[in-house]
Amino acid sequence: MAKEQFETPKFRDIPIVPAIDPGAMAHSKPFIAKPEHQEPLGFPGELVENWKEKAIDKMGELLGKYRSLQVFLDACVKCGACTDKCHYYIGTADPKNMPVARQDLLRKVYRRYFTLPGKYFPKLVGAVDLTEEVLEDWYRYYHQCSECRRCSVYCPYGIDTAEITMAGREILDHVGIGQKYSNEIIAKVHKIGNNLGLPEPALADTLEGLEEEVKEDTDVDVKYPLDQEGAEVLLVTPSADFFAEPHVDGLIGYGKVFHQAGISWTLSSYASEAANFGIFIGNYENMQKVAMRIRQAALDLGVKRIVVGECGHAWRVAYSFWNTLIGPFDFLDPNYPVPQHICEFTYDLLQKGALRLDKEANDDKVVTFHDSCNVSRASRMGPMPGGQFIIPREVIKAACNRYVDMAPETIHENTFCCGGGGGLLTDDLMELRVKGALPRMEALKQVIDEDGVTHMAAICAICKSQFTKVLPYYGMGMDMIVSLHQLVGEAVVLGAEH
Amino acid sequence: MAFEIEGKTYETDEEGYLANLSDWSPEVADFMAKEDDCDLTDNHWEVINFLREYYEEYQIAPAVRVLTKAIGKRLGKEKGNSKYLYELFPYGPAKQACKYAGLPKPTGCV
Repeated sequence: MAKEQFETPKFRDIPIVPAIDPGAMAHSKPFIAKPEHQEPLGFPGELVENWKEKAIDKMGELLGKYRSLQVFLDACVKCGACTDKCHYYIGTADPKNMPVARQDLLRKVYRRYFTLPGKYFPKLVGAVDLTEEVLEDWYRYYHQCSECRRCSVYCPYGIDTAEITMAGREILDHVGIGQKYSNEIIAKVHKIGNNLGLPEPALADTLEGLEEEVKEDTDVDVKYPLDQEGAEVLLVTPSADFFAEPHVDGLIGYGKVFHQAGISWTLSSYASEAANFGIFIGNYENMQKVAMRIRQAALDLGVKRIVVGECGHAWRVAYSFWNTLIGPFDFLDPNYPVPQHICEFTYDLLQKGALRLDKEANDDKVVTFHDSCNVSRASRMGPMPGGQFIIPREVIKAACNRYVDMAPETIHENTFCCGGGGGLLTDDLMELRVKGALPRMEALKQVIDEDGVTHMAAICAICKSQFTKVLPYYGMGMDMIVSLHQLVGEAVVLGAEH
Repeated sequence: MAFEIEGKTYETDEEGYLANLSDWSPEVADFMAKEDDCDLTDNHWEVINFLREYYEEYQIAPAVRVLTKAIGKRLGKEKGNSKYLYELFPYGPAKQACKYAGLPKPTGCV
């Protein structure tokens, strides 16, 4: 366990923009994927000889395929509105982590090879050749963006930095320098079905253990069914829900909700993962292949509905892309949304009076809610605009007497990333993760001091793992972070009438 | 990367996890723990042994609740929780204990 060589940032008295510190994070780069992580994804095992030519070709292909990318590369007027909106810039002060500057790493090469002025007068338009140094900068800084899209909220042109980061990573993968963390995980999903590499017998054993645990705690036979053909609902959830804390308490909560509502449900050992790291690396084919397992499982099990557990980017992929990626879903019950978020599912039951919660069960807590970036800025929930903000809060408030929001500029569509999203939740980027968590930690500290907040709920496996790890760096307890359905699970009145 | 114990070389990944599971021996665990200034007590060994048994059966490290339950059975109920496991393995039971047990590092959103 390597000793850490960095300092945790101090909370700022007044959260002003930090003075730039050029090169502050130039040393930060994640482990490079090995051939065995690259090849199953269809990428070359190592840096190819003609990488320059291949990179430019790939950029051209992406520009043709995604018109948005070309618009984003052309439209920036350097107004500076994005500069202080990125948690990684706020936490590291490296000027290349200003979203505009990070985009420019790609933009300046785009100008050189794809625009007329850049071809003839590169210096006048800030165009540069693609060199080894530029490629290295891409690798470093496109792994210092969590694709959270907070900067895009403030961009007057709506430039989506995440798409530029995704394009950068896609080019890197195609010349043979992928990121180990993401690509190893995607390869495991292709082979075993989930990010952890948790095989079916281990999953079955784990779920059986949970049933025993809930039985001991509540004296009620709550089931956590696996591969149950003919169940009404297929639940797909991040595999971290099976494996880690506080995630597993969320899974326990989902089971109690299904039990109490009297709706039959099942998990799938074939589609034992809701997460889809294909989106993080910007690769459509891998994203589709990962998602296709879910469609297949739904068909094989003959379910009528698909519900997605607490996972931020899974919900983005499901809500925004599934229809064209793996649809159509004409085999599911049209009376329910496809897909449906677990919060939406629970909210719906509460509205119908089909679920009774005892708020007093959570009276030992004062709760706040961390909006996950992909849920907040890339999706919706329920029938009303802003449902992705309203529904999780309403569910929490139905389960807890004491709820407090963090500062308005840090929640809803303005939410700050946890610091570990977008494929950066890896120990080799710990410095970046700790520093990038600064703005969220500051906002949390404020509600702890002013309102006595004791717990922060989240609906994303990455957020939960990231906070478990970084909270102690900022002097807070790792068990402050809870799953939203953990709160629900505590409060569900079991055994009452359906 | 690699390290050496009594003339034998052990290949590892970038973070010091054994590259070949079959290379593991109790001496390897002791060596890795010493590098982290950690002395392995009997209770550490209970965890390490359970991890190895579980891995042999399921080809994956146990989920946290499977682990805490097993440790609770072996060491007493008051020790069957992750707070106790973090006392034993401050870098996190899943990662630090897996490393000493010679298992690969868990991947994913954990």
